[in-house]
Amino acid sequence: MKRTLLPIAALLAAALASPAALAQKKYDQGASDKEILIGHINPYSGPASAYGTIGRSIAAYFKKVNEEGGVNGRQINMISYDDGYSPPKTVEMARKLVEQDKVLLIFQPLGTPPNSAIHKYMNAKKVPQLFVATGATKWNDPKKFPWTMGWQPNYQTEAKIYAAHILKEKPNAKIAVLYQNDDYGKDYLEGFKAGLGAKAKTMIVKEASYEVTDPTVDSQMAQLQTSGADTFFNITTPKFAAQAIRKAWDSGWKPAHYLNNVSGSIGSVLRPAGLDKSVGLISTQYLKDQNDKAWANDPAVVEWTAFMKKYYPDGNLVATENFYGWCVAQTLVQVLKQAGNDLTRANVMKQAASLKNFAPSCMLPGIKLNTSATDFAPIESVQLARFNGTEWVRFGEIMGK
Amino acid sequence: MKKSALIGYAVLLAIACALPFLVSEYRTFQFTLVLVYSIALLGLNILTGYNGQISLGHGAFYAIGAYVAAILMDKAGFPYWATIPLAGAVCLVAGFLFGLPALRLEGLYLALATFALGVSLPQLLKYHHLEGWTGGVQGIVITKPDAPEFLASLGLTLNQDQWLYFFTLAVTLVMFLLAWNLLRGRIGRAMMAIRDNHVAAEAMGVNNAMVKSLTFGVSAMFTGVAGALGAIAIQFVAPDSFNIFLSLTFLIGMVIGGVASISGALYGALFIQFVPNVADEISKAAPWAIFGLFLLGFTYLMPLGIAGAIRMGLARLTRKAHNSQPVENMIRPHSPKEENP
Repeated sequence: MKRTLLPIAALLAAALASPAALAQKKYDQGASDKEILIGHINPYSGPASAYGTIGRSIAAYFKKVNEEGGVNGRQINMISYDDGYSPPKTVEMARKLVEQDKVLLIFQPLGTPPNSAIHKYMNAKKVPQLFVATGATKWNDPKKFPWTMGWQPNYQTEAKIYAAHILKEKPNAKIAVLYQNDDYGKDYLEGFKAGLGAKAKTMIVKEASYEVTDPTVDSQMAQLQTSGADTFFNITTPKFAAQAIRKAWDSGWKPAHYLNNVSGSIGSVLRPAGLDKSVGLISTQYLKDQNDKAWANDPAVVEWTAFMKKYYPDGNLVATENFYGWCVAQTLVQVLKQAGNDLTRANVMKQAASLKNFAPSCMLPGIKLNTSATDFAPIESVQLARFNGTEWVRFGEIMGK
Repeated sequence: MKKSALIGYAVLLAIACALPFLVSEYRTFQFTLVLVYSIALLGLNILTGYNGQISLGHGAFYAIGAYVAAILMDKAGFPYWATIPLAGAVCLVAGFLFGLPALRLEGLYLALATFALGVSLPQLLKYHHLEGWTGGVQGIVITKPDAPEFLASLGLTLNQDQWLYFFTLAVTLVMFLLAWNLLRGRIGRAMMAIRDNHVAAEAMGVNNAMVKSLTFGVSAMFTGVAGALGAIAIQFVAPDSFNIFLSLTFLIGMVIGGVASISGALYGALFIQFVPNVADEISKAAPWAIFGLFLLGFTYLMPLGIAGAIRMGLARLTRKAHNSQPVENMIRPHSPKEENP
């Protein structure tokens, strides 16, 4: 009796379960049984067009995913528009994507001003503005803006890690800070002070700021040097970073030198500054660097190189942007996988906010993406690295959350 | 105004009023921007087309108008509609003051001076002593206005985009009427006389310095009003919104639409709003090359701008219809430049 009943019970259970499973298929505009339509905005032209290649590598990755069967049987179709890094154009393109092309979500819009321009609109329309390509801290505000989420480690997170390192290595350091006078520079400075805590007032002996419009930072560097500081936190964009590194060396100051990740590029910052003058710089990393010899035979880098050759053959193999695009696209695919058959906007945000120890192979070992309903900052850990004259050598543990 | 022209304008207005009910919200938003740009282009046309002063920096006045509106709404709690005349007034003064020293500059030199204005303003907006007002690179976020309640009580429910479109349309009409009235009168004739021969104009008793500075002010006022409307439509201002390319876009729009033509401002606005999008859809790799092709095509095929081409086309049609009075139709009273192109 028992034997005959069991399969029947199983059949019954299956019969009961399957309509329930069918009923779970839920879609918002842009999603269907066949496809998931997503929008994307990137500067293919204009002052930030160097980042345009991110959009192309993302598109190439989705092509690969689709050829391999898509996500839960659905093809990912991405419509990508150029905003030229101009906020009014971003608004127009976001509205086009949401209202005319009827996409499920907008992925990876790039830059703080363009994202600020559509922040309110996306949240009013309740359309996910997912994994924006900017490090500003304000994207992590789930209470006020539950439809917007960042991706990369934000500036404050990174600054706190430098602060922790200084507190550990040199608790009596006298610190000088150079920062760009805008939201980006101030974001870093705020995080840095928060990281130092009560000691910030005594440890930071001098702050100097510069405007993006300044031709050089020579006078600021002279002020910082005369302050008698022995540690230097360099919050600058590439051009000024190169100037500051060179000046710190040429003037004979030679402090313990912390450089923000924004200007960590060997090609566009350290080489112009002088590789010999950059020895000993400390910065952070969170992605593997495909140009780093240590990763030359790493499965992730090998996979990426094969992917580039097949799906984006025109792409530059040295540009870290192409590696970044590949990596961030994997995060979206993970979210869509988790969403299963419930492809509503609410569920996409819910899944984006439920990443648990997601560790794509493009990240440094040990870095995991974690989000929750109150934490919209996916990557919150980085590893410190020191420049040895030819490459960044990572040291210490993964720091952060 | 002739009867046929009047009917034409009435039909155009009827179409403009019906438009937001026929197209999507997104398109309505785009047409709102077209109206905004048409006011800006009209402002530039008054200066360049009618008075012969070249400006490569009108984006700066557009930005000033936008920021005046944004700051008044954000910091002082002004209602959106009240910011429009104030933005216009601020730009009138700014334009007049800029026009005074610019008097000594002619042609290419004036172009350079205005270019300097256009290229420097976005960076000045980031200046940290002004940050308390301008919000620095972060910019200012503005709330989009709702349709006033009395409309709803009349049984007319408009969404935000439709309301903003009608509001912009009303301002556009006022500005176009103002321009039309100004240009066909004494001052308009003085402007054109200065453009065509400033020595002769002076000999006729025109106060060249005053008229030129005032033209600069009026032109800036138009562009400033457009900037304020644009800021309200976009709901956001930031220095990156007003780079030098905006100024060049205005110049392109003005020339493509038709130099020294009031209706040309509208055609030019349609061009600068829609052609870059079309170009982007044709080629992701080189949208600006496609845009350049469009630009070349238009300048070759329509050397007098779209307005000029339409005028000539209409003249040809009417000439065929009744073989009399071809000349009168071809030349509109407010566009003497085309009399001897």
